[in-house]
Amino acid sequence: MLRFLSLRLGRAALTIVLVVTFAFVVLRLSGDPAMLIMGAEASPEAIAAFRASWGLDEPIWVQYFAYFGALAQGDLGMSMRDGRPALDMVLDRVPATLALTVPALLIKIGLGIPAGIYAALHRDSAIDRAVMVLAIAGFTVPSFVLSLLLVLLFAVKLGWLPSGGNQTLLHAVLPVLTLGIGGAAILARFTRSAMLEVLNQPYVRTASAKGVPWRRVVVGHVLPNAMIPTVTIIGFMVGNLIAGAVVVESVFSWPGIGRMLVTAVANRDLAVVQTILLLVAATMVAANLIVDLLYGVLDPRLRQAPAARGGH
Amino acid sequence: MAALLSLRDLRVAFDGVATLRGLSLDIAPGEALGMVGESGCGKSITWLAALGLLPRKARVEGSARIGGTELIGAPPALLDDIRGGRIGMIFQDPASALNPVLRIGRQLAEALRLHQGLTGEAARAEAKRLLDIVGIPDAARRLNAYPHELSGGQNQRVMIAMALAGNPDLLIADEPTTALDATIQVQILDLLGQLRRERNMALVLISHDLGLVAEHCDRVAVMYAGQIVEEAPSDDLFARPLHPYAEGLLRALPRLTGPRQPLDPIPGTVPDMRALPPGCAFGPRCPRRINACRSTQPRLREAGRGRRVNCLNDTASPAASGTSGRMTGDAA
Ligand SMILES: Nc1ncnc2c1ncn2[C@@H]1O[C@H](COP(=O)(O)OP(=O)(O)OP(=O)(O)O)[C@@H](O)[C@H]1O
Ligand SMILES: [Mg+2]
Repeated sequence: MLRFLSLRLGRAALTIVLVVTFAFVVLRLSGDPAMLIMGAEASPEAIAAFRASWGLDEPIWVQYFAYFGALAQGDLGMSMRDGRPALDMVLDRVPATLALTVPALLIKIGLGIPAGIYAALHRDSAIDRAVMVLAIAGFTVPSFVLSLLLVLLFAVKLGWLPSGGNQTLLHAVLPVLTLGIGGAAILARFTRSAMLEVLNQPYVRTASAKGVPWRRVVVGHVLPNAMIPTVTIIGFMVGNLIAGAVVVESVFSWPGIGRMLVTAVANRDLAVVQTILLLVAATMVAANLIVDLLYGVLDPRLRQAPAARGGH
Repeated sequence: MAALLSLRDLRVAFDGVATLRGLSLDIAPGEALGMVGESGCGKSITWLAALGLLPRKARVEGSARIGGTELIGAPPALLDDIRGGRIGMIFQDPASALNPVLRIGRQLAEALRLHQGLTGEAARAEAKRLLDIVGIPDAARRLNAYPHELSGGQNQRVMIAMALAGNPDLLIADEPTTALDATIQVQILDLLGQLRRERNMALVLISHDLGLVAEHCDRVAVMYAGQIVEEAPSDDLFARPLHPYAEGLLRALPRLTGPRQPLDPIPGTVPDMRALPPGCAFGPRCPRRINACRSTQPRLREAGRGRRVNCLNDTASPAASGTSGRMTGDAA
């Protein structure tokens, strides 16, 4: 177990380092922040001074090691725009993003899983077909289209909800719905197929053959098995809590991480972009780690090496 | 003796295709009945239908009674009492027939709670006793094991123990050893035979292997294309099969000892249930076919003591040795 854990932790750390490195290289190669931030009319001297003060005149590998050296001490650098610590700026925005993504996650789980279970248990019924049509629609319609549709309906036509901004709780409704519906659709489809797969397993028939009432078969035998693959998808969604709202935040002018990322990339605000990516990667990696551990809890077959199987 | 269980004109159709085509059968208390026939002939669905275990899309007609209780169309609560109670069932692949995420002890305890009302320590003690009975060493520790930690043979023993939890009057074993090694096969079949005698429990043993079935069963029912084509005491069937299909099965068996061969002795293939010939379903493959077989469906009829056969020109017919009835040359 300890070996397993340290192995996974090592892999997680490596993943984060790779993401950060990749972002570092791509960002430095894709444009000069000095020009962007100082403006086209800035004098060459001013630009040179700017570059020197941010260390941009050093070779890229020097910058890279300097960055990691600082990172090791918890210093993620300053925003070239605001001069504030990038980490503070990013962390300030986290609650706004979570205010969208956490309720959306609850909708995804609360709507998607029961719908998928119900559809599978009533396969080919009218409700199953309806759930699947909705799920495929929710799955294929891109979130910016869905958000526009919701805005047209609820903000423009009905006038019930605001179309953008973050002044009141009502402002969160449409972005949360946009995120939630799409995810619920994915989860419903996935849960349904996981359920159907398990419902066909011989052990389900065994349970019925030993006289377990159908309800108990579903709850006690089908669900514990069907939820194992579903956990992967939920884990992926948890990993997306930070990064999952980029499009929706932009459409609804919601001041979260996503919008900050878009702006920071446009401005080549290196430290901010890198801090966001680091945070995103860390969230995803952490969620992945939890999924891996949860798999071991949910599925006893994964708890031990196959070599440890008993003989006759 | 009064029958323990009676099937009467049991029929199953999937999507309008008649798959089990009117099966009638009695099982006496404590008796061992074998069912043989090629893959797809309806051995499994006979019992799944009787116990209400087929998917909803299957249409089931006819009657299956145990001790005066009708099972076909019975309410779920009644079926749940019978299943795992008076009738236990075990299946072909023990590795996938047990729930992979639940401990053995828990799966046994579930059956014990349902059929004997045992919970907690009492259930655990009884579960251990059952594992002892089916010959699992170190039973107390095995209760905490998961199915993947046991071998196929051990898992099948667990399945048997679970079926015993309800003290069944009838145990249906659907190819219980097909997935197991030869030596384990023998052990499992011996165990089933021993349990049957000790508990006076009737046993239905489903298999492809006529030799195996004859060795372990008093009586054999041979199935073809959703019907019983011959039913006889094992010895009689071996001494003198009446149905040409049963005769073909027997001829394919190695004599006395020697390795068992896969069951594919008769030329031709199993018919497509969606397009059965108008007359006898076995006709196109039958070496004894006569003209009447093309148009007339034979019916299962008495053929001596405890024997029934479903053939217009069985091996006891007057035309038996003549060539007049033979139509081998133009099989479809
Ligand atoms: N759920 C189902 N849907 C459609 N057809 C089915 C279903 N279950 C069984 N059948 C059909 O019913 C027929 C009989 O199946 P059954 O499982 O009883 O055969 P079997 O005699 O037990 O064969 P085997 O020796 O391979 O186990 C087969 O032709 C099969 O295709
Ligand atoms: Mg079968």
